[in-house]
Parts: sequence; structure tokens; C-alpha cells
Amino acid sequence: MAERCDKMVTTEKSGGALSVKNAVKRFTQPNGEEITALNGVNLEVDSGSFVSFIGPSGCGKSTLLRLIAGLEKPTSGELSLDGVPITKAGYERGLVFQNPTLFSWLTIYDNIAFSLRARGIYKEKKELVNEYLELVGLKDFAGAYPHQLSGGMAQRASIARALVGHPKVLLLDEPLGALDAFTRMNMQDEILRIWREKHMTMIMVTHDVDEAIYLSDKIVVMSPRPAKIEKIISVDIAGKRARNNPEFLRLRSEILEILHFAGKVEEPDYII
Amino acid sequence: MKKFKVWLPFIASAAALAADILLPDGKNSAKVNYYTYFCAAIAVFTLITAVMSVFNDKIRESTSYKGLFRTGVILLIAVIDLLTAKFDVLPMIYFPSPSKVIGVLFEDYELIGKCLLYSARLLLIGFFGGALVGLAAGIAIGFNKHAAYWLNPLVRFLGPIPSTAWIPLVLVVFPDTVSASSFLIALAVWFPTTLMTSSGIQNIANSFFEVSETLGAGTFCKIFKVGVPAAMPSIFIGIFNGTCSAFITLMTAEMIGARYGIGWYVNWQKEMMCYANVYAGLIVIALTFSILITLLFRVKDKLLVWQKGVIKW
Repeated sequence: MAERCDKMVTTEKSGGALSVKNAVKRFTQPNGEEITALNGVNLEVDSGSFVSFIGPSGCGKSTLLRLIAGLEKPTSGELSLDGVPITKAGYERGLVFQNPTLFSWLTIYDNIAFSLRARGIYKEKKELVNEYLELVGLKDFAGAYPHQLSGGMAQRASIARALVGHPKVLLLDEPLGALDAFTRMNMQDEILRIWREKHMTMIMVTHDVDEAIYLSDKIVVMSPRPAKIEKIISVDIAGKRARNNPEFLRLRSEILEILHFAGKVEEPDYII
Repeated sequence: MKKFKVWLPFIASAAALAADILLPDGKNSAKVNYYTYFCAAIAVFTLITAVMSVFNDKIRESTSYKGLFRTGVILLIAVIDLLTAKFDVLPMIYFPSPSKVIGVLFEDYELIGKCLLYSARLLLIGFFGGALVGLAAGIAIGFNKHAAYWLNPLVRFLGPIPSTAWIPLVLVVFPDTVSASSFLIALAVWFPTTLMTSSGIQNIANSFFEVSETLGAGTFCKIFKVGVPAAMPSIFIGIFNGTCSAFITLMTAEMIGARYGIGWYVNWQKEMMCYANVYAGLIVIALTFSILITLLFRVKDKLLVWQKGVIKW
């Protein structure tokens, strides 16, 4: 933890502080029925920290992430990054989907260079592309096309693509959900390593309790519809986060308990 | 077996040559016996490939693979020669001997070449005009709601009309046949290109656009760096279909009031009852269009290296 803290102090500048105030999001379904995806969410995320959203499916965690990304507008409430209101999507909030969504017509190099080219700064910052190819260990695959990559490699490429423009916040929407268990654990270490090296603010949506504890400083546990934040849990585990550390196990059962209560509301009670 | 297949075409062409020389000609022989030279040339070519394949593994592979097919073609032409030039089995007016067809290619090449150039002009103007307008309309429909509102009904209503059905109107409206025919070809290319471009764009997963937005892409970038390349496989199918209907339209358009052109040539020779020229014209058409489609696929392979096989050619 000591090492992590050191890094975090120096990170203040590169990450962004995020603030969500009273965010409400309602969708109107085709049949006219209104669905409340988020019901007054308040959240402050410190710059350079790693925050996970966890909760059962349909609890609006992805919606919250999309609001932060600027891909959706809140029905009411305010979101801001370093005090600047979020009105639309932008490169300062990078996004990684569960599906790598690499541009299949571009090589890995060109995929990663996309952001620089789109913003017209490729000429000055070209060397960044190679730097990030190296960061995610895909130097040898610069000229390959996305269909030639394995799932883990594709996801690493998509992380590099999101990072090359130096976003203040990296948003990860179940980034490892489609990977097998071993690749997944490797990628968790990979994400930690990248975060420590680049110290941007990380916000990750996940279903996986272990993953959330392993990676995050803070875990935001969300309840299902009408979605709101159930509890924010700080992860304070000293040293390396072994998955069999007693504190790890305690947090795990705490989160599972909250999620269980949250899911039990609508279920009938049976007495045997 | 492989060795045998390598020599088979040579044996067949030598046999065809022997039959042509030894058997007496029928009533309707050609002035110059081009078929004899043709057989001799084929025999020399197949002999060379067969001998080379003794020394070179690569050539042996390809000659033995193509051996049976080449033999088949040589025998087919030999049979046609027997039926026409030698035994007069088929009515000679409609089925000229191979000698006469080959003769046309040698004796009438100037007119055929001129006709090809005239056709090429119509095809190029029509194809590029139609493809450009089709792309522009498709992109507009794919990305812009207003454009879709106004253009979609037009595409659905006018698109399915075969462009040759416009001939009566087009002849009145356009000042000359060149512009009229180019317009018809452009119309034939325009419809499938527009349709496949707009539907290709509408089928792109929204997440591509969302990701590009979070990477700092503006509208222009989203259209031309994400939308168009992502829709390229579909656009190519549209252009391919357009090219095929452009060929059909070209042939029909040239049969109405054109002065030169390969379609005109075939039609005119038919009216003169010169069927040897008709066949020669058809062979030229087949070769040219096949080359054009091959070129189109080369372009496609270059543009779509990232994608494997949409249509095989």
C-alpha cells in the first residue's frame, strides 16, 4: 500500500476529479412506459483514484458510466470533471467497452493512433503510439489487424487506444467480462500496472466482486431499480492484495451481503 | 498420373492439329486457315510448358493442375471445328468455323478496337458518375435524417426501374446518344451503390461511433474515418452489382442509335448476317468485362485487406 500511496500523491495532476450531483436518468420505452435507470446518484471521485461500480445487472451502473462518458445526458442533475460540466463525449474521458470495439479496418498501430489523428496532433505526438504499444506489450503486433488478435490482446489494444490521448479519466465498462479466467487475472495485473505508471483516474463497472476488491480504492455498491448507491466501501489492504488475505475475504463477504439484501427485496420469504 | 496430366494438353492439341490437316475441308472453307495456325500455336505452347515442368517443380504443379481443363477446352474447339469446317453438320450461317471467328479477330481488329474505345468512354463516364453520386447519396441517407426523409422514397420508387426502361425519355431529353447512354449507365450504377452504402452505414454498431467520440472524433471524422470504412464491404457489394447492371445497360444502350461501340458491333454484324463477327465480338466482350471485374476485385482486395472474402472471384 505504501508504494500505491506514494504514486497517488504524485498523481494529483494527471488524473481528474469527478463529481456527480443528484444524477437522475429516465428512459422512455417504446410502449410509453418510463424506466428510472438512476434515481438521484451523488458521487465524488478523487483524482487519481480507482473506483469500481458493482451491482446486479440492471442496476444502472453502465448508465452511470455512460453519463460520465458524456454519451448520454442526465434527465436531471449535474456531472463535472475538475469543475467543468460534462456536456458531451470527449477524449479527456477515455472509454473501454467489454467488447474491444477495435476499428477492424485499421491496423493495431492505426487504431491506437486514431485519437491523435482525429484531433490533428498525430504529427507532433507520433512517438506516443509506439510508447503505448509497448506499454500494453503489443509492439510486435503493430501491423496486425484486429481479427488476428486474441481476446486479451484486443482488449489491451483498446486500452492503449483509449490511453494514448492522455485522458484524465479512464472508464472501463466490464472490460474483462468476455475473457477467460486466466487471461482475466493477467489483465487485472496489467491494468494495475498501467494505472500505477500513468496514474489517471479509473472508473470500472464490473460484476466480479473479487476483481473490484483486487483493483479498487473504493467500491460503489449499487442497488437495482430504482437504482441508487447502496454503500461506498473503501478498500484498505496493506501490501500486495493477495486474494486470500483475511481483509480481502472480509470485504468480499460484506459486499456479497449487501448485494444479497439488495436483491432480496422483491423475493417472497419461504419458511421451511 | 501427374506426369500424364502435364503432357495431356500437348497430346490433345497435336491430335487436333493432325485432324485439321489430314481431314478434308467441307464446302464452306475459310480463305486463310487460321485454325491450323491456332492449333500449331497451342501445341507449341503446351509443349513448352510440358518440357519446362520437367525441370521446374512450381510449373509442374500448375501445369498438371490446369492440364485437364486445358485439354477439355482444346477438345471442345476441335469438336466445333469438326462439326463446322470439316463435316458441315451445323448450319454454316449461324455457326461459322473457328477459323472464321479467329480470322475476324485478325482482320477486323481496327474496328473492334475503335468500338471498344467508344464503349469504354460510355462505361467510364457512366460508372464513375453513377458511383460518385451513389456514394454521396448513400452517405447522406446513412448519416442525415433529413436526407433520408427526402431521398429514401426516391430511391425506393425510382431505383428498381431497370435503367433501360428510361430509354424513350432519355432519348428525348439528352442532346446526343453519348450523354444519354452515359446517363443510363450512371443510373444503373447509382441505385445499388446508394442502397448498399446507406444500409451498410445504418448497420454499423453504434459502439464504433461512441468509441470514436470518446477518442475526440468530430462529425467529419465519424463519417469518413469510421462510417465509410466500416460500411466498405457493403459499399463494395453495391458497386459490384452496379457494375454488372452497367454492362447490361451498356449493351442495350449501344443498340439504340449508337455509331460505334462493342454492343453496337455485335448487333450490327448480326443484322449483316456475319455471325463469325458476332462470335468474335462476344469473345472480346467476355474478355474485357472479365478483366474489368478482376480489376474491381483487385481494388477491393486492396481496400479490404482487413476483411476476408465478401464475394469470391
